[in-house]
Amino acid sequence: MILYEQSPALLVVIPLLSAFAINIFGLYNRRLCFPIAFLALAATLGAATMTLARVLQAGPISYRLGGWPPPFGIEYVIDHLNGLVLVTIAFVSFLAVIFAKLSVEKELPDKIPQFYTLFVLLVTGLLGMTATGDAFNLYVLLEIAALTGYALIALGDNRALVASFNYVILGTIGASFYLLGVGHLYIMTGSLNMGDLLTILPGLYATRAIFVAFLLVLCGVWLKMAFFPLHTWLPNAYTYAPSAVGCLVAPLVTKVSVYIMIRVMLSVFSSHYVFEVLALTGPIVWLAVAAIIFGSIQALAQDNLKKMLTYLIVAEVGYMVGGVWLATGYGISGAILHIVNDALMTFCLFVFAGIVTYKTGGHMLSDLQGLYRKMPVTMTGFTVVALSMIGVPPTAGFFSKWYLILGAIEAGSYHFMVALLVSSLVNAILFFRIIEITFFEPKMDHHTGHAPEITINEAPFSMLMPLLVVALGLIIIGIYSGTIVTNIIQHSVPGGLL
Amino acid sequence: MEYLVSHYNYWVYILLMMVGLYAMLAKNNLIKKVIGMSIFQTAIIVFYVSTGAKREASIPIIAHGHGHDAAHTVIEAAHYANPLPHVLMLTAIVVSVGTLGVALAICLGIYRRYKTLEEDEIQEQLHDSL
Repeated sequence: MILYEQSPALLVVIPLLSAFAINIFGLYNRRLCFPIAFLALAATLGAATMTLARVLQAGPISYRLGGWPPPFGIEYVIDHLNGLVLVTIAFVSFLAVIFAKLSVEKELPDKIPQFYTLFVLLVTGLLGMTATGDAFNLYVLLEIAALTGYALIALGDNRALVASFNYVILGTIGASFYLLGVGHLYIMTGSLNMGDLLTILPGLYATRAIFVAFLLVLCGVWLKMAFFPLHTWLPNAYTYAPSAVGCLVAPLVTKVSVYIMIRVMLSVFSSHYVFEVLALTGPIVWLAVAAIIFGSIQALAQDNLKKMLTYLIVAEVGYMVGGVWLATGYGISGAILHIVNDALMTFCLFVFAGIVTYKTGGHMLSDLQGLYRKMPVTMTGFTVVALSMIGVPPTAGFFSKWYLILGAIEAGSYHFMVALLVSSLVNAILFFRIIEITFFEPKMDHHTGHAPEITINEAPFSMLMPLLVVALGLIIIGIYSGTIVTNIIQHSVPGGLL
Repeated sequence: MEYLVSHYNYWVYILLMMVGLYAMLAKNNLIKKVIGMSIFQTAIIVFYVSTGAKREASIPIIAHGHGHDAAHTVIEAAHYANPLPHVLMLTAIVVSVGTLGVALAICLGIYRRYKTLEEDEIQEQLHDSL
């Protein structure tokens, strides 16, 4: 039962060691890269599921790395909130690696070992960031995830290099702000352990240094999650990244940053300090409204499928930040549920964009013509995700939006509710437009006088499977979202807000 | 004035940080931006290290710490410098070197593709290719 005891550490150790294995075996035979990454991520998914099961059974786990007791050693703390996020990360990255196989062989044929090495390292960073209970350890893992992200995006076509460079500059500013904020906390308290900070900080809430520390950490995390108006690096970086990279970074990196914001707000500072001592909730909810409206309008203006999706990410980040800062039980539950739902939905959408790129070579909206005839199964999966993005019951997207709207009403933030509804309408326009385009045949050929022949040309199974599994998952999560909220998410909402 | 002098280490770090931030955001040449990024990260390292520094303090190793005498030695924390910020910064230095490496590698790729490292010229080429 040693595996059972060590499951929080295995989460990070398995993908980390597999990165070395992929690098070494990839030198001899690049066909070994995929199976190693596949097995490692399958084992990681197992470890994550086991960890969540343990949390559900026996409550939060505190794991001491190397046996050093906190606050001296580094501690991994898994509770209901990050247990759920860990399973989401492991699940999405496992499906992403299945999707990646064919996509990488086509888009990056000479960089296969590098791709898989960076891929598993990015997963390591994300899982570590989520599991850790130490503020400085979080910084290191944040940078591991960020550095591998920069490199993965730079693997893309030529425009990706410039986009990745801008991401490096802004991402580094974000991480440095976080580090500086942690420095302020350390000077004031002498501790880096999150649980320890939570107990020491209340006596210092009135000091300006703690206020500055909180703002620095918050701004750093906002830069990392591309919260409006700090989102400028995201659209280009995610558009020009290779398809397989987009499927991993687009769903996970921003969502994990949102998780970190929640973690810092509730487990380092407290809901009392964040929502009552600081008078920031009003302005930040307005910023979230701006993010949602701006992201939606920009998405409407795009004729590039991937770029449209990246602006939707900017809008969705606004959902989650706004939901948390509503400072109500429903708002926070909705935001946490939306982390899971949005990770799955964004994954599906980028898989769809990846399939389109794989099959047609482009990712403009005009490349989608006649797709319903050509790939009926892919389009069925896409339609489910589109309905979930719009928020049609019983898909998962409806329920998180429902909780967010309930939270907005409870907090009296009607502008946030209006923004959510406007964004749903815009999503409806965007996705029905795509469905309309895919129903139409390509233009008539003027010379011959009849349209080119369309035959069924479905996407390969390994690309289709992740899309369909998650599309089905979205319906299942939608039906069981009440259970998820009462059994998992409620435990993370601070008591005073329920 | 006394306040300024007694906290000069913090003023130095703020100055360095602003220099780095300015270079990162305002310079046109990509290598200059990378240098600005490096200065910015170094400023934070200076900040951490200076918080752990203490005048006339010793390294945190207890002299004669072994044997029976150890129990009788009075240990005053004020005599020792806090080693933790310095240790943390070893990790942060590694991270910043890694970031520098990735940034320079990307610059190299950009130069191979566009034959220039001036941001406005790259933007022009990107614009023309659309």
